[in-house]
Parts: sequence; structure tokens; C-alpha cells
Amino acid sequence: MIRKIYMGVFALLGAANANADWTLNMPKGVTELSAETYEIHMVVFWWCVGIAVVVFGAMIYSIFAHRKSKGAVASNFSHSITAEIIWTVIPVVILLIMAVPSAELLIKLEDTRDPDLTVVVTGYQWKWHYRYQGEDVAFYSSLARASVAARRRGSGIDPETVENYLLEVDKPLVVPKGAKVRILLTSNDVVHSWWVPELAIKKDAVPGFINETWFSADVVGVYRGQCAELSGMDHGYMPIVVEVLEEDVYNEWLDRQKGSPNVAADGDVR
Amino acid sequence: MFLFGVFALPPLYDVFCEVTGLGGKTNSVAMTNVDDVIDESRELKLEFVTTVNQYAPWEFRAAEDGMKIHPGQLYEATFLARNTSNSHKIAQAVPSVSPSSAAKYLKKLECFCFTAQEFTAGEEKEMAVRFLIDSDLPEYIDTITLSYTLFDATNFAAPVTVSQDSRR
Amino acid sequence: MSTIVADDHDLHVDHSHDGPVKGWRRWVYATNHKDIGTMYLIFSLAMFFSGGLMALIIRTELFTPGLQFIDPAFFNQMTTMHALIMVFGAVMPAFVGLANWMIPLMIGAPDMALPRMNNWSFWILPVAFSILGSTLLMPGGAPASGWTMYPPLVLQTGDAFPFLIFSIHLMGLSSIMGAINVIVTIINMRAPDMTLLKMPMFVWTWLITAYLLLAVMPVLAGAVTMLLTDQFFGTSFFLAAGGGDPVMFQHIFWFFGHPEVYIMILPAFGVVSEIIPTFARKPLFGHDSMVYAASSIAFLSFIVWAHHMFTVGMPLTGQMFFMFATMLIAVPTGVKVFNWTATMWKGSMTFETPMLFSLGFLFLFTIGGFSGLMLAIVPADIQYHDSYFVVAHFHYVLVPGSIFGLMAAVYYWLPKWTGHYYNERQGQIHFWLSTIFVNMTFFPMHFLGLAGMPRRIPDYSTQFSDFNSVASIGAIGFGLSQLLFVYIVYQCAQKKGPKATTAVWDNPQGLEWTVPSPAPYHTFDTPPRITSSTAFS
Repeated sequence: MIRKIYMGVFALLGAANANADWTLNMPKGVTELSAETYEIHMVVFWWCVGIAVVVFGAMIYSIFAHRKSKGAVASNFSHSITAEIIWTVIPVVILLIMAVPSAELLIKLEDTRDPDLTVVVTGYQWKWHYRYQGEDVAFYSSLARASVAARRRGSGIDPETVENYLLEVDKPLVVPKGAKVRILLTSNDVVHSWWVPELAIKKDAVPGFINETWFSADVVGVYRGQCAELSGMDHGYMPIVVEVLEEDVYNEWLDRQKGSPNVAADGDVR
Repeated sequence: MFLFGVFALPPLYDVFCEVTGLGGKTNSVAMTNVDDVIDESRELKLEFVTTVNQYAPWEFRAAEDGMKIHPGQLYEATFLARNTSNSHKIAQAVPSVSPSSAAKYLKKLECFCFTAQEFTAGEEKEMAVRFLIDSDLPEYIDTITLSYTLFDATNFAAPVTVSQDSRR
Repeated sequence: MSTIVADDHDLHVDHSHDGPVKGWRRWVYATNHKDIGTMYLIFSLAMFFSGGLMALIIRTELFTPGLQFIDPAFFNQMTTMHALIMVFGAVMPAFVGLANWMIPLMIGAPDMALPRMNNWSFWILPVAFSILGSTLLMPGGAPASGWTMYPPLVLQTGDAFPFLIFSIHLMGLSSIMGAINVIVTIINMRAPDMTLLKMPMFVWTWLITAYLLLAVMPVLAGAVTMLLTDQFFGTSFFLAAGGGDPVMFQHIFWFFGHPEVYIMILPAFGVVSEIIPTFARKPLFGHDSMVYAASSIAFLSFIVWAHHMFTVGMPLTGQMFFMFATMLIAVPTGVKVFNWTATMWKGSMTFETPMLFSLGFLFLFTIGGFSGLMLAIVPADIQYHDSYFVVAHFHYVLVPGSIFGLMAAVYYWLPKWTGHYYNERQGQIHFWLSTIFVNMTFFPMHFLGLAGMPRRIPDYSTQFSDFNSVASIGAIGFGLSQLLFVYIVYQCAQKKGPKATTAVWDNPQGLEWTVPSPAPYHTFDTPPRITSSTAFS
């Protein structure tokens, strides 16, 4: 019961959040690294804006000032070693300024050591399977019924009336707040990609191979994402929902799962 | 250039992967000379992940979820597989290691993945891998995940040769 | 200002011995570079409209959330076919058509070096695209795995699969033959005194492009052949079950795919480098550094491929290398943009349609360049990857980049081809409609991608509705505007406009402006003389 109330509240918060932040820009997200990713994104963006102001400014000025209809007479210069050196060196310097923080963040993103929890994520055509390593908890996560009913052509259901249309699942991945969650990815059939924008992670699930990434969410809530690698017909219908709970609530949830019939040790439930 | 594409690229890519550990590939034939120093001072966590591809008719899991190991020491791990169909089946297990930079330090002396495995209807098998982690493993790695994906190779003409050929 | 004179008697005497053959033989047996160029251009225009129709089907379905018109499987077929047709059927053949028409005229050669191969390389294309198009009618439908054809997904294609592979082989064959022809022509048939560094920029960029084609089209052919043998002959290059690796396909594909991006944009750089000096009435700034910049871009394009696959699970060092190499491409690209700006600086500019399209190119391609730089930054790319941000990025470099370059080229040289001016007013209306709608279509896609909308999905969550509707309206507007382009070109070909002079524009540089308008069926039977050694540098 408590869980249901929690779920409801989080769903509402998540939706409000979604509508507020997910309009123009990348979400800042709820992990340390998602905030840093957002920072880098904005830094590079503003550098681009700065360069655009200078370059486009020069072009626009030239277009207005150096036009024949205003009596401009063409000069005849066609070389300037100095100018060319300047506009080769300055971009190199700017790129170096961008490269250093990017490389630093990249190193952090790749550091999957010392996880508190490891979840094996397997991509299926077209759903996800989650297995909590060492916990005997495993389940499939598929598109929620309401969306399944509404998505068909001629279903007669207006998607606007479906809450979190195409971004809701029957059983979300649940993780504790503040824990370092390592995600191990593989696939049952074709290449999929596990993407949750607010956790700032996206990693491919490749059949026969294993990949890893990690996140540590600082804010309790529900975070939604989608498969990001074309995986066939229903590629657009395999959303990802991650629910971040306080640690004690998470532990209760985990205990309940261990008795659940949806669980199989080898993950072979259809 | 075309011939180059077809015949030279895959082996080149394999060499590339072998050197860099790209894609988390490990050796596919048994290692022989593996005298290595056992580094008792270092303890690593080794995790096992098992997957069955394309709903192939097997139950497949590791006997243990993982183990603590010392670099340089020889270990054996057991995997359990059961053919859930009522016909004769051939399985091919494909290993993968994460982080991929650890792949070249995982040395397998014996592995059920070196050859295809035959299963009679309903047969359950224990399959073993004997391996060690090279003590040259970079310091920053403290956890290694070894994943096996079980593929149904019943319809492959010659699963053993295929798997050996293209991987040398 | 013109520093080139051609041999008078060569240009103004009628060639009685060699008018075009009448009837269908002229086209089927064509060996004349102008005829083949025309066929290439018309073919690519037809493909542009077929691919465009598919784009409109995609955008119509995406107008509002929910599925209204088509099913997900068909949606995926449309995205795949749209990309294949636009890349291999519209953009690449259009540039080959321009190369056929203009390279001999610009270097003072009588024709392409290998005219019969030229005929082959064109006529393979309609065959290839008939095969590709016919897959729409096959059981299982057309290929639906995206133009990137990643295994194992592509191996789930129905009966269309071998036809897809074969049509790509044919397209590759055609491109390779076209590239050989361009290289041989440029290397062997330049007018005396036209040293390599005196060649016009369009010729230069095409020379570099042709080498890129030779280097990477066989790689694509190899990759798809491996797919074919994996599917039918029991190999497992890309199947993990047999010891292969699906990711290897991605590496090989993008080793082709990234140079391919420059194959589609370098000739457009060349076009713009011809047009801006003409309408600024000022020589191209830094001709030689433009050549070096284009060459460095071509070289770098071979070592950045894995930036298309940062999420695939690469070692840290690999990610770092590909990030830095990719960022480096911004330097020569920047040099080109700065040089074009410097060419306009203190010029005496007029704004006829070709110049408008070139300026549109300059601004909008640069925006695509900025998003490209953002995509190079790995941590940020992990968020952008396979989202609509990427869709926005590559459409900005391909539509207002390559396509605007092509439009500019057509308006620029059309009077030379037909002997008549197009309707300038209509041309300018076409430019403004195209520019407004192209931005309306693709700019909102940046926001969609950043907000978390993945690419290649037939339906989306309701929070993405508004921008998708805007993009769809823009796409339909852009599509309709192109009908105006067809009308303008048709009118011009019907010789409706005023007669064009030999120079066409106000004192443009280049040998093509020394032959009459329309260009006679045979030009430069004897090589022209270049009188000033400073012609192009």
C-alpha cells in the first residue's frame, strides 16, 4: 500500500518534471555525472554560440556593407598568411579548452569499480529483462498495458489521455537512492541500447557480448527512457523506467520480490 | 580493395581486438604456457553472467554467482545447463569479458566454450572452465565480469570448425 | 579581370561532323559527357523526389502521437529506403552529374577520359534502384534495418535481403567507375599550363572526393558481402554464435560511412568556392589553403569512424582517440568557412539565386558543423547518440549543406547548359521558401533530441508533440517548394528566359565561361591556352 502511494507521488513528480524540463534542453538529471554532462554540453554550446556570433557577425556585416548596390568596389586581396595562421591557431586553442574537461568526465563515466548493486540488463525484441546479480530477483519489463492498447493504429484511444504514453512499463527497474548501480548489458537477439536521459547513461546491448556502465541517482523519483538503437519493428515500444527509492523502501521491495512468482533464477520466464 | 575488405579486415580486426581487448573477446583455444606468479596480496571479484540467446531451449546458469580470486592462481568454475527441449541439441557458448581491457588477462586453460556441446533431450550437464587471471592485470581493475551466452548451434553445419576458423 | 582566353576558332565554329544522334540512341548509347551529366542530374532529381516522398510519409505519421497512417514495420522500411535513396540515389549521382558536365569544361578537356565506362556507370544506377525499389513489393517488405544495416537486425530482413545487398554492390560499382573516370580525366586531360594548384576548387574537391570513393566503396561492398555470406553461406563474420562479432560490422561500416559523409559534402564545398568569388567579384581567398584544408578533412575522415559508435563499449583510450581526432576536423572546416567569409569581405556583392543558396549553405552548414563539434564530445555524445539531435545534425549538413550546394550549382551553371537564364525572381522565391522550411523542419529536432526522443521511432510520447508537428509542417512545405524548382528548371530548359551571354555572370573566372551558351555538344577539341599564370591561385 505504501508502495502504491509512493509510486503515485513519484509518477506525478516525474510527469511534472518531464513537462517542466524536457522541452528545449538536455535534462540536468539526477546523478553527479549527469549534471557534469549537462555542464559540458552547455559549455560547448556557449563556445559554439560565441564563435557563431563572431563568424556570422562578420558574414552579415559583409553582406550588408560590401554589396554592389551600395556602391562597394571589390578589392583584390586573396592571401593573408597572418590571418590564416590566426584562424587555425585560435580554434586549436578553443578545442583544447573543451577537450580537457571532456576527457576528465569520460574517465569518471568509465569508472565502474566498487558498485553497491549490479543489475544485468538483457535486451529482447521488444522488452527488457533485469536480473539483480546475487539477489535471486529477475523480471521482464514491457510496455504498460494502457500504452499497448492505445498504440495500435485505429485503436480509437487518444494518446493524450494515456499517462506517460509509451514511457510506462509494467514493472520498472527499482534501485536504491545514492547507491552505485552497475549495469551489465547484453542482448538476446539484436543490438539494443539502454538510455535514460536523466541518468545520463546510454550503452549498447550486443548479443554475445557484455558491456558495462553505471549510475548513482541522488534523487528519489521515476526516470524514463527508451531503447536507442533500432531493434526492429517494435523498437519504439520498449521503454525503460527506473524507479529510485530510499534505501529502506528499496529493501522492502527487494524482499517482496524474492517470493514473487515472476522470478526465476535463470531469467527464463517468458 | 574489395578483396582487402573481405579477407583482410576480419583478421585485422581480430588482431586489433586481441591487442586492445576491444569487444571483450578472450582466447578461444586453450592456453598452454601459463606459469604465472600468484599474487596473494591482491583480491579480485569475478562475476559470472549467463544468457541464452534467442530463447534457445536451455536453462543455463553459473553454479556460483561469482568468486574472489587472486591473480595468477588457477581456478575452476562450473556452469550448469539443461536442455529443456525433447530433442538432441548442440549448444555453443560464447564468452565475453567486461571491462574489455581485462579480456586479454583472462587466460583459459580449458573451457566448455572451446567446442560445441551436445545435449540429448532433457540432458543436464555440468560444464567447467579452468582459468587464471594474469598477474599483470592493471591495478585499476578490481572486478571482472565473465559472461557466457549460449547459442543454439544445432543447425550450424560444423559448429566446431566455424568457431575455430574465424577466430584462429 | 578575366585572365583566360580560349582558342577562338575552336569555340565559335560549328561542329558539323558531330551533332548528337537522334532519338533514344543518344541517351542509351551516350558517351558525351554533357549527355551523361544531364542524365545523372535528371535521375538524381527523380530519386530526390522519391526519397522526399518517403520522408513526407515519415513526417506525416509523426505529425501527432499515435499511429494514424502506417504500421511500425512499414515506418522502418520508409526510414531505411529514404536514407539509401537520398544518399546513393540523390546526392551522390547529382554530384557525379555535375562532375560530368563541368570538369571537362573547367579543365579544358574535350570529354571525360573514359566515355564508355561513363555510360556504364550511369546506366547501372537505374538498374540498381529498380532492384532496391522492387523490394517494397516483396514478402517481408523492403529492408527495415536502417541504412546502416547493422547485424543481427539486418539478417531478419525478408526476401528483400539479397536484393538489398546486390543493389548496393551495383551502386558501389557505379560510384567506383565514376570516381576512376574523374581521376583519370583530371590527372591526364587538363589544359596545358593548368598545374594542379591552378585547378578550380570544384575540380580539386572532386579529385579528393574521387579518391575517397575509391578507398571506401569497396569497403562497403566487402561489408555487405560478409552480411550475405553470413546469411546464406554459413559464415559468421558478424554472428557471435560462430565466433564473429556484430560490432565488427559497425566498425567496417563506419570506416566507409565517415568518408562517405565527406564524399557528399566536399563537392558542395567546391561549388560554393566557385560561386562566392563570382558574386563577390573578388578572387577566392586562400585557394591553396582551401586545397590543403579539403585534403586534411579527407585524411582525417579515415581516422574518426568510431565516433558514430561511442555507446558500443570501447576501451577508454579508443574513445579518447576518436574524440580528439574528431574535434580536430573542426580546424580545417573552420579554415574553409573563414576563407569564404574573407572572400566576401570587401567584395562587391550581388545576390542572385546561386549566391543566395551559397550563403544559405554557409550559415546553415556551419550550424551543422557546430552540432557536429558538440557530438564529438564523448560524454555529451552519450546523451545525443541515436536521438533526434543526431537527426538534426546530419540533416543540417546534408540538406542545407549538400542539397543547397547542388541547388546553387544548378542555378549557377543552368544558363551555361541551356543558353537561357532561369527566372531570377522565381529562383529567389525558391531559395527563401527552402530556407524557411528547412529550418522549420530540422531546427526543432535539436530540441526533441535533447529532450530525449530517440530516432527511428514511429510513435512518441505526448511531450514531444509540439515540435514534431512543427517539423512535419516544415517538411511538407520544403517538399512542395521543390516543385517550384522543377518548374523553374523546366522553364529554363524550354528556353523561356532571356538568352544567356557567353560569360553568363559578371566576369566570372574559369574556362567554362569561355565557351558559348548553351555549351556546344563538343567543346575544347583543341586544348585552350591559359594566358595568365595567376588564373586560379
